Amino acid sequence: MSLIEVRNVSFSYTRQSRTLHDINLTLRKGCNLGIVGESGSGKTTLLRLLLGLNKPTSGEVRFEGSPLDLGNRQMMRGFRRGVQAVFQDPYSSLDPRQRVFDIIAEPLRSLGIDGDKNEAVTQVLKAVGLSSDATERYPHEFSGGQRQRIAIARAIISRPDIILADEVVSALDLSTRIRIVELLKELSATMTFVLVSHDLSLVSSLCEEMIILERGHIVEAGKTHEILANPGHSYTQKLLGSIPRMPR
Amino acid sequence: MTTLLDIRELNIEANGKKLVSDLSFTIAAGERLGLIGESGSGKSLTALAAIGLLPEGLQASGSVILDNRQVIGARDRDLVPLRGTAAAVIFQEPLTALDPLMKIGQQVGNAVKRRAKRDGGPTDKASIQREVLALLDQVALPDPYRISAAWPHEISGGQRQRAAIAMALACKPKLLIADEPTTALDVTTQAEILALLGKLVRERDMALLFISHDLPVVAGAVERVVVMQHGRVVETGAVSTVFDQPEHAYTQSLVAAARAFDDALEIAR
Repeated sequence: MSLIEVRNVSFSYTRQSRTLHDINLTLRKGCNLGIVGESGSGKTTLLRLLLGLNKPTSGEVRFEGSPLDLGNRQMMRGFRRGVQAVFQDPYSSLDPRQRVFDIIAEPLRSLGIDGDKNEAVTQVLKAVGLSSDATERYPHEFSGGQRQRIAIARAIISRPDIILADEVVSALDLSTRIRIVELLKELSATMTFVLVSHDLSLVSSLCEEMIILERGHIVEAGKTHEILANPGHSYTQKLLGSIPRMPR
Repeated sequence: MTTLLDIRELNIEANGKKLVSDLSFTIAAGERLGLIGESGSGKSLTALAAIGLLPEGLQASGSVILDNRQVIGARDRDLVPLRGTAAAVIFQEPLTALDPLMKIGQQVGNAVKRRAKRDGGPTDKASIQREVLALLDQVALPDPYRISAAWPHEISGGQRQRAAIAMALACKPKLLIADEPTTALDVTTQAEILALLGKLVRERDMALLFISHDLPVVAGAVERVVVMQHGRVVETGAVSTVFDQPEHAYTQSLVAAARAFDDALEIAR
């Protein structure tokens, strides 16, 4: 089943230049998708379209079969519940003046989800591997990796089908990074991830499919292991050839 | 081989809190050494201490001998002649390392002029300009003439880092200190800058102190590594040995994590 479909989407911030050209992609349930590109490739713009924060200049984004209508409040509420995001910098994505409990429970309030808040928060804290006494503390009391766990807990509390993750481990140290990747792998069992990253090894460990963006164009799309084993486009080849490797 | 940088029992503290403890290592002339560690391990502080650039409020003790001169406790004005000639630094973020209000040509030109004055070389405008263009060309910047007349914000991140490297080279240092020089760059740009640094260091027989958290990047850039954790050296040795048979538990965990990410790309090899 396709969760999100992007059909012939182009996007321009200004009249003079086009940021995305004729983008087509399908996000299927249970099949994580990696969006790979370097700075200026348009990957964050594409993410903003997928999040419903910008409207395509032409073409359409479809969510569970129907076109996304940013003006339709009822539809957008369902969309927000089903699609959550985690961002790169855990130092700026958590409100420093709120306790962790309020940060994590926020989507329950803003999306009008009923039920026992304590129970829900305890559950997601456990899912992301934080102890339950974290709730009364503030973000500054946590390390970068722990903060990213808090951001993930907030994203999964509304039980979304889709998590859009924008460079979620780039700001973290290597040993923290590997633990967060493990967590995302576990969560992949119950939700589908769109992973925006410049890091092919990360995408390769988490995503079954990927697209490669270069200057607003999809230059290659398909199964991750097939593209890695046999990169067709010269840009993909250059990207792969540029990754520093461990000595063998 | 002569020892260029000799750090012995270096301690750095702030308000009684130890940030670097009993750190010792040496770099011989022409040698390439990597300093590996995660954030807060003290690797950047060590680099700053090596050329006496520690921020105010931090106290260093122990011994740092750079090009036969003691850096610790020295007056700043005695250190000025060391900077640039003995060692030059390239920082992580070229946008903040360059002066936004000065054209690239002038920034590189200042370094060239300073060096020329010290060596008694020509300091007239035409000679300086010629040297600047030659340097920009050596760091493989396209159209050096245009870049020299550009402001830092007008060129790309990779080009800015090349300009910063040109400034460091203008001083003809014996030791080049590169503190996470490619962390802020795209992966394809990173590959180009690493290749450039490797070439320049070899051609000029400079020593290199390469600081990074990225194991594969370090592996390609240096021969020997020092691994730091919480301000202490936990392991040191040849890249091949340390990455192949890490002894300390911390190094083992770092190498295992780096290998796990690397293995994810194995299919592409």
